[in-house]
Amino acid sequence: MKKILLSILLFALSHSAQAILKIDITEGVEGALPIAIVPFKWNGPKVINGDVSAIVLSDLARSGQFSPLAESDLIAQPQKPEDIHFKTWRVAGMDHLVIGNVNRLPDGKYQVQFRLFDVLKGKQVLGYSFPATEKTLRSVAHQISDYIFTALTGEPGAFNTRIAYVTVQRDKVNGSVSKLQVSDTDGYNPQTLLTSDEPIMSPVWSPDGSRLAYVSFEKGKAEIYTHNIHTGVRELQSSYPGLNGSPAWSPDGSKLALTLSKDGNPEIYILKLSDKTLQRVTNHWAIDTEAVWMPDGKSLIFTSSRSGKPQLYQLFLQSGNSKDITKIRPKRLTFDGSYNASASVSADGKLLAFVQGVGSNYRIALMTLATKNTMVLTHGEMDESPEFAPNNSMVLFATEENNNAVLAGVSIDGKHKQRLAFTEGEVREPSWAAVRD
Amino acid sequence: MKKILVCIALSIVLAACGEQTKTNDSIDSDPSLSGQQQGGDDRSGAVSGTIDGEGVAGGSALAGGKLVSYEKNAIYDANNVLSARIIYFAYDSNEVPEDQVELVKHHGKYLSFNPEAKLRLEGHADERGTREYNIALAERRADAVKRLMQFEGADASQITVVSYGEEKPISFGHDDESWQLNRRVEIVYE
Repeated sequence: MKKILLSILLFALSHSAQAILKIDITEGVEGALPIAIVPFKWNGPKVINGDVSAIVLSDLARSGQFSPLAESDLIAQPQKPEDIHFKTWRVAGMDHLVIGNVNRLPDGKYQVQFRLFDVLKGKQVLGYSFPATEKTLRSVAHQISDYIFTALTGEPGAFNTRIAYVTVQRDKVNGSVSKLQVSDTDGYNPQTLLTSDEPIMSPVWSPDGSRLAYVSFEKGKAEIYTHNIHTGVRELQSSYPGLNGSPAWSPDGSKLALTLSKDGNPEIYILKLSDKTLQRVTNHWAIDTEAVWMPDGKSLIFTSSRSGKPQLYQLFLQSGNSKDITKIRPKRLTFDGSYNASASVSADGKLLAFVQGVGSNYRIALMTLATKNTMVLTHGEMDESPEFAPNNSMVLFATEENNNAVLAGVSIDGKHKQRLAFTEGEVREPSWAAVRD
Repeated sequence: MKKILVCIALSIVLAACGEQTKTNDSIDSDPSLSGQQQGGDDRSGAVSGTIDGEGVAGGSALAGGKLVSYEKNAIYDANNVLSARIIYFAYDSNEVPEDQVELVKHHGKYLSFNPEAKLRLEGHADERGTREYNIALAERRADAVKRLMQFEGADASQITVVSYGEEKPISFGHDDESWQLNRRVEIVYE
């Protein structure tokens, strides 16, 4: 057996000066809301990696739904509400304005305040004050972004959570080293949870943001682990003969849907985490895999080759254990094209992002479940692993660019695109936590 | 347990084949094994190699002149047909291609004659398509190889199937050539 390089690190909140994951906006701010964010006033030295207003500006720009004014274009820099001349901002074409301040307290802690103004109405929309430490300034900034985003779009913000992803670095000396990493949604504070010279796949966040489930080949075959990001404690959940793959958390966090082939064929099962009991979901000669849960927990959407090639199906689960789920017939969802797989469901359960293959071109498509209408979101050619942001407005996915494996994001109207480039090696399989634990 | 194979009488090798005692139907009917030679005993199923140092005439049964032998150490011999350890698959197919069935059968026979021997079949897929689906596809390929080996007399307990899907490519291009090299099942003796 190959020697396995393996280390499991406790996830300790540290703050690296450098973001290894860089995020660039690549396309389109048409239709974005104009907003002016005035640099917050600091009563002491500004913390380099805690520049609150700069982080808010970056978050809102990255969402693709806002077009923040560059600092050099700011016509004024009001610090207090009474300093604001709304007429000037109206003339400058700004709909909204954000001002704020960061006060360093005698005990070394901070107080962060911000106010959001409606320029047209000349009134404050909301304002909050947050206690912070030097370490939590970034998180506070992301919370402010969430507040502003929600106030102006009606959607949850998803800035103050985390993303997980797999990186692979290959070189002639060490071969291939895979890492499971977690970072803030803007790529800062990357932390490595697992390092291995065997593959790592399919990381998924628990609904409460405290754990990841993933597939690790560290013992020479696929196994499913859950991993607490704060304590670093791992639990082996599935190591049956054959496949152990494609974990997906139920919305209440008590179960994992997964793919096993121990009964002779890849099928979907539900594992109850409390007692490790298994319930079989599919019983068909075809490949059944890539199950994900609908937000109400009542059905699964999965990939099956039962009609010849991979297509998406929906299976409604009965409540209670008496009914044999394997007798329930899944409903086919995709009929366009010969390859439709790897679904991700939006937080409100209305949309499905998935991989659509046409010849050798694989791209991300979006289906409205109520109507089954599908639109193509990306052009491919090797796009995969679509993951909805925990709101309903953006899809993260893995793609190839100039022979580099990178992560990218696209808004659900297809108009706003961004690239999250890992500066070392390949990045793939993003998962976006719904909440920050 | 399988017993000893028979040397079909060819010129030079008769001396090495003095110990055969039984015939095996499949040898008689399978012309590709005409050059095969086996020493051995009839104690247990173990085949001990007694290939005479004079050389291995008759190993010309296969193209490339590789020796066909299932004695225990055959898997360490670079000149043996068993030294080929990769089966390549056609696009969108889980069946062992015609031109590689023979090779799989040889490995199956080796297992059948060496009940203590074990191997791992590692299934792989090319990068196209989704990762978890490719894990399932690659397992199907390895399963197909396993079934063929079992048909030749290998026991299921001698074969472990592991799928790596597209996670362990050996070629990194985005073209047909690379994809073909990655669509494979690797035989790894343990």
